[in-house]
Amino acid sequence: MNYNLMREFADSWGLLAMALFFVGCIAFALRPGGRRQADEAARIPLKDD
Amino acid sequence: MKFGTEIVALGLFAFVALVAAGFGVDEPFRQHMWVLLIVLLGFITILLRNTSFAAPAAIDPSAYMDGPIRYGAIATMFWGVVGMLVGVVIALQLAYPDLNIEPWFNFGRLRPLHTSGVVFAFGGNALICTSLYVVQRTCRARLFGGDLAWFVFWGYQLFIVMAATGYLLGITESREYAEPEWYVDLWLTIVWVAYLVLFLGTILKRREPHIYVANWFYLSFIVTIAMLHVINNLSMPVSFVGSKSYSAFSGVQDALTQWWYGHNAVGFFLTAGFLGMMYYFVPKQANRPVYSYRLSIIHFWALIFLYIWAGPHHLHYTALPDWAQTLGMVFSIMLWMPSWGGMINGLMTLSGAWDKLRTDPIIRMMVMAIAFYGMSTFEGPMMSIKAVNSLSHYTDWTIGHVHSGALGWVGMISFGAIYFMVPKLWNRDRLYSLRLVNWHFWLATLGIVVYAAVMWVSGVMQGLMWREYDEQGFLVYSFAETVAAMHPYYVMRALGGAMYLAGMLIMAWNIAMTILGYQREEQPMPDPVPALQPAE
Repeated sequence: MNYNLMREFADSWGLLAMALFFVGCIAFALRPGGRRQADEAARIPLKDD
Repeated sequence: MKFGTEIVALGLFAFVALVAAGFGVDEPFRQHMWVLLIVLLGFITILLRNTSFAAPAAIDPSAYMDGPIRYGAIATMFWGVVGMLVGVVIALQLAYPDLNIEPWFNFGRLRPLHTSGVVFAFGGNALICTSLYVVQRTCRARLFGGDLAWFVFWGYQLFIVMAATGYLLGITESREYAEPEWYVDLWLTIVWVAYLVLFLGTILKRREPHIYVANWFYLSFIVTIAMLHVINNLSMPVSFVGSKSYSAFSGVQDALTQWWYGHNAVGFFLTAGFLGMMYYFVPKQANRPVYSYRLSIIHFWALIFLYIWAGPHHLHYTALPDWAQTLGMVFSIMLWMPSWGGMINGLMTLSGAWDKLRTDPIIRMMVMAIAFYGMSTFEGPMMSIKAVNSLSHYTDWTIGHVHSGALGWVGMISFGAIYFMVPKLWNRDRLYSLRLVNWHFWLATLGIVVYAAVMWVSGVMQGLMWREYDEQGFLVYSFAETVAAMHPYYVMRALGGAMYLAGMLIMAWNIAMTILGYQREEQPMPDPVPALQPAE
């Protein structure tokens, strides 16, 4: 494993994997029906002390 | 026996310090080990005086563990005053060089004391204590690991004391924001891993199914700082009883490693961690849920995916390859979006409750913090653009930018969180005085405005003077002439810093009186609204 190999991996498959993971996270946050669960989660700090 | 193990362990640790003081190969290391020995003997004395052989009281496993958080709030106040005081001193040293007192208190040694003092001692204690407060209340679970939280608290204070005294003795790795030498770095690594175990363990035993977004930000801060700290400090000590080490990297790789660390210390320590604070304490103080929870999730992922690549913008026009400089610039500009998304999310949490800005000085403080978060995350990407950077780099503009983020965002959101937390932690009805909070707010805000505005003028002037050529191609100004031109601005900057420090002292007084249980007799905030009268 040398620098060039790691570099090639980083700007091909590594980049693709990270981009897909990122898009997946955003898509999951915005999924249909996610709003209700998000509104519930937003109330967690206000529940008790 | 209460504290039995601790006393024995500290005794062994003190013995190691004594041996190291005896066998140390350089004078600063020997002095530093004497400092360590004295501190440890102090710890042992306190524990011995408080030990007892009575059976320990049973611990209610369902109650929150707030002891270390109370200590953390006090430590935040203490280090805040110390770090900001040192800041005012070095600002005056720049304006009046005669104030440099050799060898311990010259600018070169006091400057890292100021940066570490405010970032790691004040900011770090604020982050540790608020994160432990928030994680328990949003997970509805007691802190994991028994006395682990106490180890994290005291271990971190020991790190601060060793780092600070090391700087004054002239021990430094000369890495920006990571000046402590190898043995102090190793100690911080141990403490930080314990902190990670403590935080993660509490999340794992949570009774709330969902992990609230503030904890995501805190966790990303803890994990990333662990990674940054370990890699940036990879080095080889000259001797295991000496204070000097050499970095594992050399040349431009070393520079990039340092700024990969340095910028992410800003991104994950001073931003992600304090965003965790924002996402809990702003909704609590406003008594409203965050504006958009889904936006906060997007804010989180976008921020951590982008921030980690922004470091190379500190090395524009250096030996760093051009593509890496451009990469750093592009990612910095993309950071605009999540930063402003987060700012809007924080501000809009108050939508429908904007009257609180008038009636509640703590909310006002938090809103000012978020406003400064927006302003400094606008300015930062702009300064990372190469053309702008060619003017701003190495000038006071950078210093002004850092302080608008540090004083405005980090300082103000921490003040707001501490003002919120302290009455709850000590079971007080209210703070000693809300009017003093108001004074603090105005002193701090005006102090920042003076500081940042003066540094803009001074920095842009400095940059323009450096690049001024005459018609024959000679530089118009010598370096000393630019320094002389900046003198009035340096005096004004010290004034801005002193105003901010004055606000901090008022806060320390207010918090101390709250803890002691006093309530100031004052006209309640807000001022009573005069009765409406019909127009005649």
